[in-house]
Amino acid sequence: MSDQHSPHLPERDRPWMMRTYAGHSTAKASNELYRGNLAKGQTGLSVAFDLPTQTGYDPDDELSRGEVGKVGVPVVHRGDMAALMDGIPLGEMNTSMTINATAAWLLALYIVAAEDQGVEQGHLQGTTQNDIIKEFLARGTYAFPPAPSMRLIADMIAYTVEHVPKWNPINICSYHLQEAGATPVQEIAYAMSNAIAVLDATRDRLGGPAPGSSDRVQALMGEVFGRISFFVNAGVRFIEEHAKLRAMGILWEELGRERYGLEDERRLRFRYGVQVNSLGLTEAQPENNVQRIVLEALAVTLGRDARARAIQLPAWNEALGLPRPWDQQWSLRIQQVLAYETDLLEYPDIFEGSKVMEGLVAELLEGARAEMAVVAEHGGAVDAVPYMKAALVDSHRKRIQRIESGEQVVVGQNRFTETEVSPLTADAEGGILVVDPAVEAEQIASLKRWRAERDQQAVEAALTELARVAASEESHENLMLPTIAAARAGATTGEWAKTLREVFGIYRAPTGVGEASAAPADEELSALREQVASLTGRLGRRPKILVGKPGLDGHSNGAEQIAVRARDAGMDVVYEGIRLTPAQIAASALQEGVHVIGLSILSGSHRELIPAVIGALRDAEVDVPVVLGGIIPEQDVAQLKQAGVAAVYTPKDFDITRIVHDIVEIVGERNGVPAPA
Amino acid sequence: MDGADLGERLRERDLSAAPAALNLLESITPADREQAAALLHEVSPAALGGEAQGHIVGVTGPPGAGKSTLLSALLHAWRSQRKTVAMLAVDPSSKRSGGSLLGDRARVEFDPADRGVLIRSTAAGERLGGLAPATRAAAQALAAAFDVVVIETVGVGQAETEVADVADTVVVVVQPGSGDVLQFLKSGIMETPDVLVVTKADLGQLALATRRDLSAALRSLGTREDGAQTRVLAVSSLSPPQGIEELVAALGEHRASLNLAGRRLRVRRAGALLDFVAEHGEGGLRAVDGRRAAERLLEAQPTDLDSQALMRALEQAMSADRPESPADLATNPSASPNPAASVNPIQSEEAE
Repeated sequence: MSDQHSPHLPERDRPWMMRTYAGHSTAKASNELYRGNLAKGQTGLSVAFDLPTQTGYDPDDELSRGEVGKVGVPVVHRGDMAALMDGIPLGEMNTSMTINATAAWLLALYIVAAEDQGVEQGHLQGTTQNDIIKEFLARGTYAFPPAPSMRLIADMIAYTVEHVPKWNPINICSYHLQEAGATPVQEIAYAMSNAIAVLDATRDRLGGPAPGSSDRVQALMGEVFGRISFFVNAGVRFIEEHAKLRAMGILWEELGRERYGLEDERRLRFRYGVQVNSLGLTEAQPENNVQRIVLEALAVTLGRDARARAIQLPAWNEALGLPRPWDQQWSLRIQQVLAYETDLLEYPDIFEGSKVMEGLVAELLEGARAEMAVVAEHGGAVDAVPYMKAALVDSHRKRIQRIESGEQVVVGQNRFTETEVSPLTADAEGGILVVDPAVEAEQIASLKRWRAERDQQAVEAALTELARVAASEESHENLMLPTIAAARAGATTGEWAKTLREVFGIYRAPTGVGEASAAPADEELSALREQVASLTGRLGRRPKILVGKPGLDGHSNGAEQIAVRARDAGMDVVYEGIRLTPAQIAASALQEGVHVIGLSILSGSHRELIPAVIGALRDAEVDVPVVLGGIIPEQDVAQLKQAGVAAVYTPKDFDITRIVHDIVEIVGERNGVPAPA
Repeated sequence: MDGADLGERLRERDLSAAPAALNLLESITPADREQAAALLHEVSPAALGGEAQGHIVGVTGPPGAGKSTLLSALLHAWRSQRKTVAMLAVDPSSKRSGGSLLGDRARVEFDPADRGVLIRSTAAGERLGGLAPATRAAAQALAAAFDVVVIETVGVGQAETEVADVADTVVVVVQPGSGDVLQFLKSGIMETPDVLVVTKADLGQLALATRRDLSAALRSLGTREDGAQTRVLAVSSLSPPQGIEELVAALGEHRASLNLAGRRLRVRRAGALLDFVAEHGEGGLRAVDGRRAAERLLEAQPTDLDSQALMRALEQAMSADRPESPADLATNPSASPNPAASVNPIQSEEAE
């Protein structure tokens, strides 16, 4: 209170924690990357795991083919975690792990790695993402059905609150909802509903078998509430996005007070980390993404009352492929310029008293409350997954249609498309990181050595105990204990997950496509419908397409939109969803009698998976064209076409009606019944 | 495609012929429909020397009742008895007049290398929850080759009537606490199925109570027309599965207790009539002097004809009654519209 009239803070604010979402190839290579990033001024770690690690498969599993070390680092056992954190003092580091279905396992490995460094778990700081509902809704790296998944989360929260008190056991993610097409209102409402589901589940779990211990539960719930943080998104409409964060803060506090009876201000504070929007990053004129990222960073930093605690920014070339260390450095430097060069951190909240901001916040709150009521009517976030999924698919469809029609401007993509040749993408690899395909074989070999050298009996005993606890839900034994024991004994990620799958069962999340409403027929779609009707007459039956995602990549938005549009055009669509093996795709194509197969891959595993699918189709004697969509580097296209792919679509092909039109033509030509000229 | 060859291969239980056979049965080009009729003739009781051995099981129930999970468990159980299984999953979200989107195929788990399993999604008929004519034809053809043919539809109230038009055994799946099914049963909106399955038995008391309520409701309805008893079973597909073996046994027992020839004959006649009405409308019915007359005409046909041959008999009667019909229709039955495949909405739309 030095000077009430001064617009300045008495002291410049401390900057937020700066991270870069990173990891690839091997634990050793990623460790080097982390050390380099920390030397550049990064203040926390954000670990990107590869898809097998995220979904609970070992590198030698059939489903892991092509995915090992691609979108993140493979961590298969305690040895990998130790190598990943080698030379990084875990007692001081703040580590964020983007890990969900297998979060309990990776936290266990982290705890064991800390033990190896002589650091007690009580000193560990960091975050496990651990948000399973958004995996069912948007990201697809789930491993177990909803109920046991929620139990794992609740057990983890109960464990960390007691034993790893500085750990954020869960990051409720609205981030991926926006990536899946959520409007700001949906993002707020679904994230808050999700948090309610997690808090309620934890309360039940803390309650234990003996009711009547409500004071203890109430005290623990205060701690739990205070440890729950959010992971949000920010798009380029940065004023509205900032309002969204203020609205979330208000709702969160309200929830704490009203639903959970909390009064401690400190615990009621809305804490969030952020990765800004990737959905809006373009492949066309990718340098424009830099200014998009800067503006999005403003959305989460401008107003002090709703400023992010931790920020990681995507790289300019994410729509092209995996970013290189230099690309990530550029994004870190954006944060540093914002924090250290500008005057951003010198002022109190600059929106205080702003009528525009207050009005925006009020609008978002009203919409979010109404949508939260709908989710509650569906029985809460877990039961409402099919409803929310369908709503997201619908929103995403509308967004794409706005871009197709030009109503929503995307500079360099649907407007101002004239461009000079970019020197940024001129190198041989097209300005991206290419993971050495030999990594997979190395990981498999190293896994074999690990299995041969460990105490097999100890591992088996630990897994047997894990299965026992998993099967006895009623006993309220915490799953974290046998999980940590299994990590210590040397079990692998795949073994831990397999043990639990055998008890919990396997699960496939709803796809949301069946319920998605039909697109209003504009001129292009009407023309496409006629084209499909004409082809139906020539073929004898409706053109039928199989849409699916081979491998472990769960980013299904693109595949879902193709499926919905193809249906709206009048095609028969078999949508198979995510996590398919080449053999499954071939079997479905054969049995369903499809005319064409549409595959989507965003994880960079197309070089391995596409030839595998084409081989499986050949084995099954299915001779139909295959088209591919996803993040496919330009330099891979020729090779894919040579392997037998009929067409390749990348993020710059944003007009889905045109893609479907193209597919219909391919079917006509392949079946010897092309459209009459 | 050579329909007769495909039919012969199905008759010899060559399962690899099934996908191509289904493609053919769905086709609407005149040449393909000709071949489809030949295919169906090869798997008719006349060609088989009796009824097709496959057990046609209709499985229906409201969305979310746990059908896919149940079917995965059933599939597993049948396969462990070395029975081959074909599943026709009817997509409720689409009608023949538009595109369809089947999002749930992958929910039934099976080993893609297992050649003894076939899963095919098919679009629904014109009515909500209805079966497309091609689905009925497909079920009959596949029953010649597979040990079990499942037709899965979604809905309650009419869906089980639709599958009863083609299945040997009708199974209705409900989840615990579903009062609607109880109400439908009591009010007679729903025909009583052969087997009622209450899923999610792991829910304990609720599942038991639902099973009890359903049994009581069935008892209050009295004995069914055919004198058969509806079995009510509770199952849990969660590991460890409960009640699946009992369900498999109950399905087998129902099939064994059936007068199969009688039921199948009824199915073929009903199917022929449905296909005829779908193709020619109420006008077609009037041309053969109404539904009763059509039924009598079907009853007068040899009992070992396939349903398409039966429908052709109706069409011949229709042509004979219509002096204005082109002469070649009467003299050359093979030129008449072949009903083997689904109705062609595009052609009829164009005609309008």
